[in-house]
Order: sequence, then C-alpha cells, then structure tokens
Amino acid sequence: MMNYFPDEVLEHVFDFVTSHRDRNAVSLVCKLWYRVERFSRQRVFIGNCYAISPERLIARFPGVKALTLKGKPHFADFNLVPQDWGGYVQPWIEALARSRIGLEELRLKRMVVSDESLDVLSRSFTNFKSLVLVSCEGFTTDGLAAIAANCRFLRELDLQENEIEEKKNHWLGCFPDSCTSLVSLNFACLKEINLAALERLVARNPNLKSLKLNRAVPIEALQRILMRAPQLVDLGTGSFVLDRDSDDSETYRKLKATIQKCRSIRNLSGFLEVAPRCLPAVYPICLNLTYLNLSYAAGIHGSELIKLIRFCGKLQRLWILDCIGDKGLEVVASTCKDLQELRVFPSDPFGAGHAAVTETGLVAISSGCPKLNSLLYFCQQMTNAALIAVAKNCTNFIRFRLCILDPAKPDPVTMQPLDEGFGAIVQSSKRIRRLSLSGLLTDRVFLYIGMYAEQLEMLSIAFAGDSDKGMLYVLNGCKKLRKLEIRDSPFGDMALLRDVGKYETMRSLWMSSCDVTLGGCKTLAKKMPRLNVEIINENDQMEFAHEDSQKVEKMYLYRTLVGPRKDAPEFVWTLV
Amino acid sequence: MPPDTLSDSPESDVTSAVTFKDTELTLGIPGEPTRSPAGKFCTKRGFIETVDLNLRTSTSKPRGKTHADEVDDKSDDVVSGACKTPASKTQVVGWPPVRSYRKKALESCKYVKVAVDGAPYLRKVDLETYNSYQELLMTLEKMFTCFKIRGNYLGESKVIDPMKEMEYVPTYEDKDGDWMLVGDVPWKMFIESCKRIRLMKSSEAVGLAPRTPPRCTTTT
Repeated sequence: MMNYFPDEVLEHVFDFVTSHRDRNAVSLVCKLWYRVERFSRQRVFIGNCYAISPERLIARFPGVKALTLKGKPHFADFNLVPQDWGGYVQPWIEALARSRIGLEELRLKRMVVSDESLDVLSRSFTNFKSLVLVSCEGFTTDGLAAIAANCRFLRELDLQENEIEEKKNHWLGCFPDSCTSLVSLNFACLKEINLAALERLVARNPNLKSLKLNRAVPIEALQRILMRAPQLVDLGTGSFVLDRDSDDSETYRKLKATIQKCRSIRNLSGFLEVAPRCLPAVYPICLNLTYLNLSYAAGIHGSELIKLIRFCGKLQRLWILDCIGDKGLEVVASTCKDLQELRVFPSDPFGAGHAAVTETGLVAISSGCPKLNSLLYFCQQMTNAALIAVAKNCTNFIRFRLCILDPAKPDPVTMQPLDEGFGAIVQSSKRIRRLSLSGLLTDRVFLYIGMYAEQLEMLSIAFAGDSDKGMLYVLNGCKKLRKLEIRDSPFGDMALLRDVGKYETMRSLWMSSCDVTLGGCKTLAKKMPRLNVEIINENDQMEFAHEDSQKVEKMYLYRTLVGPRKDAPEFVWTLV
Repeated sequence: MPPDTLSDSPESDVTSAVTFKDTELTLGIPGEPTRSPAGKFCTKRGFIETVDLNLRTSTSKPRGKTHADEVDDKSDDVVSGACKTPASKTQVVGWPPVRSYRKKALESCKYVKVAVDGAPYLRKVDLETYNSYQELLMTLEKMFTCFKIRGNYLGESKVIDPMKEMEYVPTYEDKDGDWMLVGDVPWKMFIESCKRIRLMKSSEAVGLAPRTPPRCTTTT
C-alpha cells in the first residue's frame, strides 16, 4: 500500500520517526523506504568511529546535519587505553567539509580533537550551531577561539570534562559583538577565563538558558552575571567563594537577592570551591530543582549537604560525593520522592581511604525513592541482603552500576559472593540495559544475568567469575548485548571462540588481564573478517609476536565495515 | 548448587585456570588446594602495580593484577578477619573506575591565599608542595621579607628557634570558617582543612597563650 504514496508522503511520515534505532529499522523494510529514509535523515549516531568511514557516511546520508561520534573504548576513562591509541576527528571534519555537507551539530565523545580540526570546522559550515565535546583531548583554547570567532550562528558550546590546554589568548573575547544567539555555554573544565569578556558575552545573549562557569568565576562575578541572565534554566556556578573579606555581607546580600530572581533554574551544578556560609543563598532556588550535581563540590560537607538537600523536594537527578554519608542518603530518601537517578561518587577517587557510604544508604534510598531507575554507587561494602531489598523496592532499574571500592570484596556479613544480590537485581528489573558489577562474584552471577537480563546492552565486569562458563552464560543469554568490557577475570579462548558470530551483533568487546591468548585472538580474527581484533601491547612488540600461547594483556575488538584502521599506532596490532 | 569446580569443566584451559586459582585473593598461603566460595575471604593485600607486572618477562608468570609475587615475599602480610584496610595499599591501575578528569579535579589543589596585615596585596601558596609547617613558614617568610613570622609551634621534627623576633602570628581559616592558630593539628590535617592563611599582627593576638615548644635547640 505504501508503495503508492509519493516519496514526499513517506518522508513526512518518517519525520515523526526520530530515534536512531527506529530509523534504522525503517530503512530495512524495503529498497524504497531505504532510499527515502537515507535522503531524509538529518541526525546520525556513530557509536564507534572506526566501524564506518566518513566517506560512506556521506554517501549514504547526504543530508546529515547533526552527527554524534564516539572514539575510544569506555575503559579509556580509567587509563586502561594508552595515549595515542586513536579516535581522531580530523578525517571526519575534512571529509564533511570537502563534501559540502551542511553540518550544524557535532557531538564527540572520547575523541582526539586538534586545534586544526576546530579551525576547519569553524570555517567550513556556515550554519554550524552546536558543538558538544565530552571527555575529549588534544586541543587548546586556540581551537575554541576559532569556534568563537567564525561560527556566526553558534547556539551551543558545551565542553564537558575535557583536557584542554589553556593559552593566554582570551578566547572568549573572540566572540564578535554580533554574537547574540548563544543558548548554551559550558566551560567548567577550564581553569581560567576572562571575566570581563564573559560578562559582556552574557549581557548580549538574552537567549542563554544554560551557563556553566568555571573555577575562575568568584561569587561577585556570578552575581553580576545572574543579574544579566535571570532566565537561566541550567546553572553551573564556578567558585562559590568570596573574593574579599571586607565586602562579605554586602556581596552575600546581593547574591541572595539576585538568585531569588532566577526562578527558572531547574539544574544546578558547580560549587568547585565553596564558602559554606554562602550556601544558604541558593536555598530559595532549591525548591524548583530537578537536577542537582554536587559531585565536584568537595568543599561542602555532610551537614551542609544535608541542609541543602532538605530544600530539594522536587529532585529527579542527584549527583553527589560520598561524604554525604548513609545518614545523608536517608535524608535524600525522605526528601526526594521523585528521585529517578542517583550517582554517589567517591570523595577520595584514589580509593585509598574509606568511602563514607555503605549498603545502609542504598537500602534507604531504594525504600524512599521507588522511582529510582538509574544508579551509580561507589561504596565501602555491600551485602546480598541489601541488594535483595533494593531489588524488591525498585523494579525499574535501567542502569545499575555498583562499585565496591575494594575489588572482589565479599558480603562482609556472610562472607559470601554477591551473586545472589546482583541476581535479584536483574531478576526484578526486567528492563535493565546497563550493569556494572563489583565485589566477589562467581560464575553464578553470570548465570543469572544470562537468564534474566534480556534487555541488557552494556555489561562491565572486573575481578569476577571463576571460568569460561561465566562469560558464556552472558554471551549466550543476553541477546541484546552491545558492549561487553571485562578486566582481570579468568575468561579465556574457549569462551571467546565459542560463538564468533555473536560479536557482529555487538558494537565491541574489551578484555584486559584475562586469559585469552594471542592464538585465540588470531583464530577469531581469521574467522571473522568484519571484526577488527586489536591487540594493545605497550611492551616489547617483537617478543610478543611469536608466542601464540601467550596471554594477551589488552584486546579490543569491534565490528566494522571498513577493515583495519590505517591510523593505528605501533603498539596496536590489528590481527587479520 | 555450588558452581562447577575445575575438574568438572574439561573444556576450560587448565593451564590458565590453575594459574588464576593460584593467584586468587585468599587468606591462606599459596599452594593450598582450591577453596569453596565461602572460603574466599577478601584480603586487603596490595595489588602489584602495573609497572611491576610489565617488567616480568617470564611467560609462566600469571596474568592479571594479582599479588602472586608479593605473596612469596610477604607471607607475613596476611590480614586476618573481616576486611580491614591495611596501612599501605598499592593501587590497581584503573581502579576504582573514576574518570581521570574527575580524579584530577578532586585532587587537592591546595592553593590558598595568604594575607599579611598591612601588606598591600595577597599571595597564594600551594600547600601540597610543602611537607611540614616549617617549610611553609619559611616560604612565607621569604615571600613577605619585611616581616618576621613567629615560628612557635610543634613541628614534626624541627622547631624554629623560639628566640627569633616575633611580629606576626600565623593563623588560618578552616573549613568551618573559624580562625585557628597554625600548628595545633598534624600537618596532613592542616592542609585538608586550611582555606586561607592570615599572618596576624602579634599585638592583635593579645590574650592568646603562645604555644610553647619543647626545649629543643634544633634550628632551621
């Protein structure tokens, strides 16, 4: 029936199909739909920049306006991937520029971005509107200056947790006076900023809805900025400290008055340094907050945190440090009844000290916040009983990431592994998509995961399992698995090679410090030409090359349509 | 139903399984037979740093971040009972899984402002670069060369000559916003809680009993 509709009608219908997966499904129905879909697709998501080439992207989707690219594997966040592994955005930007694609939005995660790339980007796409860089590196504020100077219609510049080298160039001043289109600006990851340029910029951009400042912005400047931008919805304060003692009470009074006018703020973050006495100034806006991120606010202590949170009755997402303690989490549980997402980060990220939260806090949260669906919890310890209670209280987990700071730690009460606890979680949360395990775990937990986690897409394993059976349970049972990352677990060639076709249904597999051997990886690579099997070996390559029985320190494999990448460094060996 | 033991899984790579079992985290001495899960007590032994692992060339050495070698050398390191944090614990690479950006951000970047009564401008010092009160005060003295700082405190090992000219008293604002005398708490605790430093004129410190160091003639 649909064959008799003109293409425009099909296209119009497809306009309502927005998710990437749905559009991918649409394109598989028939050749006609494939054709119409591909010309009309504007937003493209590429989860692994090495799975496809920029040329093929452009060939298939000539109308692409918004592109998301991800580079390095997730474990790169934790220093498990050496520097210079790859993930360069340059070839993508060059290809898009050459083909005169009308790119408007670019979102990059874990990629290497150079000043040159940013310069080319800023000059090649006249309607460029939005640049979002998450956990990227390789560029300096010179690159930002190019973006500021050349992107005349820039709406969004969002820099999240990037490593940026800062030059003395006052890049912010490169925004021309004619730049009045900014909606979102986030430079929290920088150390310096030109305050005068910032204030002028905010003053001439009345549509600014999201502003995240950095450490270099003290309270006095924050107050002046908020005076200019009471319409903000999303605020990241910089340093919440006063500059000079003498103006203490006057500045505080002004700040309090100004903040009270900012009735639209729903998301609050920052507090990179804090003068605790000034915190009460934000109490009035706490009532409206739906997202509060205090995970970098090391200067706010337990009791102050708790006082603040008591005002936040409408919170849906909360990111905090573990110095809130179990008692603080109990307050969250009784105050934030609409809580959906909780992330508790370690205030001592080097893991040498004591996390201040335990299973008690988590059980309290689950009891008070039944809508909880997303959890990241770094803690001192966990028990099966607690996890079972959490599973009973909250059956809607989509993301469940638990990190017990001491690797392979058992239930401290029973000294048992945590298999039963995690098993309860996956059994009760039928829609779980992402899971990170920790603590002492045997093959049994993987049996449960394979049995119950039918929607699981991403699984992170560390120091867990007894044998290949564990990994096999997961590979066999989790039909929707896309990303599997494993470190320091006794899974070897038998598990790796049992079902080689599985990996083409997944985005990637990472295994480090496991029992897979070079021979096993070679066998896999030979059988599956559409996988890149990369061996990352930072040590002596020559010694390594001849021992098939040698265990592989780091293996990263991913499906790809374009064969081994040409930009691999010396220490990466792609097996064929 | 207990998980399969090694003998029930002939397909598994026996070599790799054995080596892993040998290096499993347990309380016992290596070489003991395999244990049931109930016996897998956590030990808070340190994990070998990756650097050490990479230097090992023999292929017979087990993979993974284990403490196999350390066990041989330090069998008296065993921690008994429920998991207690040992005094020293080497860190596993990439653990806990916290983004390096976050780690760097939360690292104590301890730049604090230093004000001296009467000076026209303030200075900043990074407390992390000093190891003791003595080092800090010496640096402050150099920074504000016109002023002599009272070094009357119980230093870790050395004590500044109490007979030195005393014009200024070092004080600091702590996390709670209170002004404290520098030197009362151990150095580590001090850098944790110090927010800013003020060198107060001695004349203002009237009424405060000076700290008396033990009679010691060690000088800087």
